[in-house]
Amino acid sequence: MKKPLVAYVVGFILSVVLTLLAYLTVTSHAFSAPVTITLILSFAVVQLYVQLIFFLHLGTESRPRWRLVALAFGVLVVAIVVFGSLWIMDNLNYNMMHSPDKMQQYIDKQGGF
Amino acid sequence: MEAENALQARNEKTLLGFWVYLMTDVVLFATLFATYMVVRNGTNGGPAGADIFNLQFVLVETMLLLVSSFTSGLMAVAARKGDIAQAIWWLIITFTLGASFLGLELQEFSKLISENNSWQHSAFLSAFFTLVGTHGLHILFGLLWSVVLFAQLVKKGLTNNVTRRLSLFGMFWHFLDVIWIFIFTIVYLMGVVS
Repeated sequence: MKKPLVAYVVGFILSVVLTLLAYLTVTSHAFSAPVTITLILSFAVVQLYVQLIFFLHLGTESRPRWRLVALAFGVLVVAIVVFGSLWIMDNLNYNMMHSPDKMQQYIDKQGGF
Repeated sequence: MEAENALQARNEKTLLGFWVYLMTDVVLFATLFATYMVVRNGTNGGPAGADIFNLQFVLVETMLLLVSSFTSGLMAVAARKGDIAQAIWWLIITFTLGASFLGLELQEFSKLISENNSWQHSAFLSAFFTLVGTHGLHILFGLLWSVVLFAQLVKKGLTNNVTRRLSLFGMFWHFLDVIWIFIFTIVYLMGVVS
């Protein structure tokens, strides 16, 4: 009976610490932008793991572990939708025709037609 | 004993079904996150994230939601122990914290709108309001759900059905906090960094 309570307290403390770490990483301006973004995204993923284990009790599920399977499917769809969209749209953006000024600059740089 | 096992198996099935629903909600939020990340630089001459986000304010929101996620867990623990008075108190505290969170979010939205930075201004703001607003809408429905559960707790006590519904509500509430971790990180923190 005591055990679920311990899990919630541990999960809560870890979540608070991770949230504050992410907040302080940004507000302290201690790192460059790419390092800061990598750090706070890592903190978010760790906190996701902490809450799945300690709040949603994913670790104590009995076999067959259907919830874990459903979650794996969810993560797969998230990865495809988010990274796929970013990849395709960045690529389209990159290949987009530029404004007339930019095009002229490009033509000049190439030494004319 | 056998009847109890059958009941237990039915409860487990319902919890799994609800979990599958939550995963479809994950897909919904994935599309909104993807949209936001694609158009977040499309500010149309208007403000970018760094101009309008107040991190201290958002940190308070985040902590309110995190504490309410914690107290909803304590409510589920109390319900499973059969302690109805404690369960009711944790439910009231969870509701109050969730309502405060929603109040702060609405305050942030109304401030943005009054400064002429509504969702009509730019692609960035459209995506921001849609993503954060959809989360807020989930919170609103969670709050309505908790009011219904409060009435059921008072009227029926901790029956099997009510206890199971409290567990489902707890799952829903934890899930909304998990989504908020990523809104906090990707929208607010990253918005201020770049």
